[in-house]
Amino acid sequence: MTTLTMTTLDPRSRAARRGLSDLSIRNLFIIPTIIFLIVFNIFPLLYSLGYSFTDFRASSNAPANFVGLDNYRTLLNDPFIWSNFAITAKYVIVSVTGQVIVGFGVALLLNREIPFKGLITTLLLLPMMLSMAVVGLFWKLLYDPSFGIINYAFGLGRFEWLSNPDMALYAVALTDIWMWSPFVMLLSLAGLSAVPKHLYEAAAIDRAGPIYTFFRITLPLVAPILMIAIIFRTMEAFKTFDLAYILTSQPTTEVISIRLYKMAFQEWQTGMSCALAYIVLIMVIAITNIYVKYLNKVKER
Amino acid sequence: MAHIELRNVTKTFGDSTALKGLDLTVEDGQFFVLLGETGAGKTTTLRVVAGLEKPTAGTVLIDGVDVGDWGAAERDVALVLQQYSLYPRYTVRENLEFPLKSKIRQVAPAEIKERVDRVARTLRIEHLMDRKTDRLSGGEMQRVSIGRAIVRKPRVFLMDEPLSALDAKLREALRIELKNLQMNLGATFLFVTHDQVEAMSMGDRVGVLDRGRLVQVGTPSEIYARPKNTFVARAVGSPPMNLLDGAVRDGKAMAEAGFALPIASASSQDGRPVTFGVRPEDIRLDPEAPARGRVHDVENHGVEKIVTLAAGDTLVRLTTLASQKLSIDDTVAFSWNPDKIILFDRASGQNLAGA
Repeated sequence: MTTLTMTTLDPRSRAARRGLSDLSIRNLFIIPTIIFLIVFNIFPLLYSLGYSFTDFRASSNAPANFVGLDNYRTLLNDPFIWSNFAITAKYVIVSVTGQVIVGFGVALLLNREIPFKGLITTLLLLPMMLSMAVVGLFWKLLYDPSFGIINYAFGLGRFEWLSNPDMALYAVALTDIWMWSPFVMLLSLAGLSAVPKHLYEAAAIDRAGPIYTFFRITLPLVAPILMIAIIFRTMEAFKTFDLAYILTSQPTTEVISIRLYKMAFQEWQTGMSCALAYIVLIMVIAITNIYVKYLNKVKER
Repeated sequence: MAHIELRNVTKTFGDSTALKGLDLTVEDGQFFVLLGETGAGKTTTLRVVAGLEKPTAGTVLIDGVDVGDWGAAERDVALVLQQYSLYPRYTVRENLEFPLKSKIRQVAPAEIKERVDRVARTLRIEHLMDRKTDRLSGGEMQRVSIGRAIVRKPRVFLMDEPLSALDAKLREALRIELKNLQMNLGATFLFVTHDQVEAMSMGDRVGVLDRGRLVQVGTPSEIYARPKNTFVARAVGSPPMNLLDGAVRDGKAMAEAGFALPIASASSQDGRPVTFGVRPEDIRLDPEAPARGRVHDVENHGVEKIVTLAAGDTLVRLTTLASQKLSIDDTVAFSWNPDKIILFDRASGQNLAGA
């Protein structure tokens, strides 16, 4: 099939004079990518699958013993792991919901004729372009109970954002919302501007109110692209590590990837952590699949 | 139903002027057709009436009330656009129900169903009711969008070239349907088109629009028989009116194409450079006549033949019986009906009879 859709090489082109055929050019582009993928993605993936069935520790010279499904059994029976998953779920729900509400809301505000629209959009996109580590570090300063600007601005006195175990996870989620709402906004804007203007005019002529128009026209048409934004953000939030790790070290913010990091590189339970990584991978794939199924249903409607 | 009046309406978009001091009156229950070329300001006029555009200057009155500050919803008009603007992802039934389900107008579900079914019957789309709108053909889509307009009994119907995206057969059928619909509803229609056949066949009155100005308003036959200037003469009629440069001398038309034929009117215009306007059906082949032309082209239209003659460098079109035998490059003689010749001023293009 690919050969059918491939355009043929112009016989007068420089590539043709050097004796390159269509096929060799195609290989030139594809083979390095495939090699790269195999070396850095596929090989480690399979290798770690092997380790997940052993008691291997990367810190010792002891040979790895095959233990079968023991690692999985231990992990799935460990209440601490489940509490890590619960924390992660809470974090995903709070942060993705927040991002969708803020991002879509801002997109609605921006989707009209306003002065300096381009400039405002670009400025709003800035948080997304920063490095996670940088964002984590300066939000730590912003949250600081004694000199942080957030407490100062909202007159919260010495409110402990990050050292309060009940608040810390929300503080991390808030930072994530600040950082990634622009992403949802960007995709929503693309979706909103793709809604044909004449539909709104037709709705106005049909005497539909603004709320009715929003729920009957805008939302159904933007839903598929909004779903894509949600899929991306859910996947990212599920495997979030750097923000939570930099901002705080509360047990209540120990999301699954921090647990995984500690298990692998502080406790050196390499085999066990490989198993955990696989459990996480399967979960992410499962969640994404549910979303994609739903997305297809939304598209069909 | 309603009476529409535009008073001295001007609309500019940046540097370009779409409408220049437009005055327009559509009587209650009238089928008014605005005819004009692309960019003449037809659509802008509709959008100004609908309330989708605000005029730069001038007033819009519906039933004698200035509606300048009213939004589209308050004006209670229906608009059918060239692009069908059906709501995607909804079925035909849901599209038809849409205008009735809005909060502003509380309609009982039983009445919604009854009205939607009646509209579906009128437009013969009952078999499509549960289909998604993207699975419809062009003609079906346009019928649904007309249906969405008539389902809620608006005061005015505005139609922006609703038929131009359809194929010829369907266009003809819908033309008749629309006209019947208008007569049955007794509704006020403001219909915009660039197709003079639509204008002539559907309109109670036709307004010819040229670059934002209304050139002439009248019944289709008035416009056809007495065009106000050469622009209208060219715009209306198919094949178009022959416009021949020449002068009047001794009660005869001396065409620059090299023939002289009698005319009935306007001997007072002696010697002045004019343009003669003559409809193709007022020219006939006549072996006795002094004017000669070479057959340039013959189009057979079944009921008649359209013959193009070359007289000198000028092409003259005439219609003749389909049974007439002609071959290309024959030299034939022709004459015209002296009573039906219209004189236009050569420089300004105005009808000298004052139309």
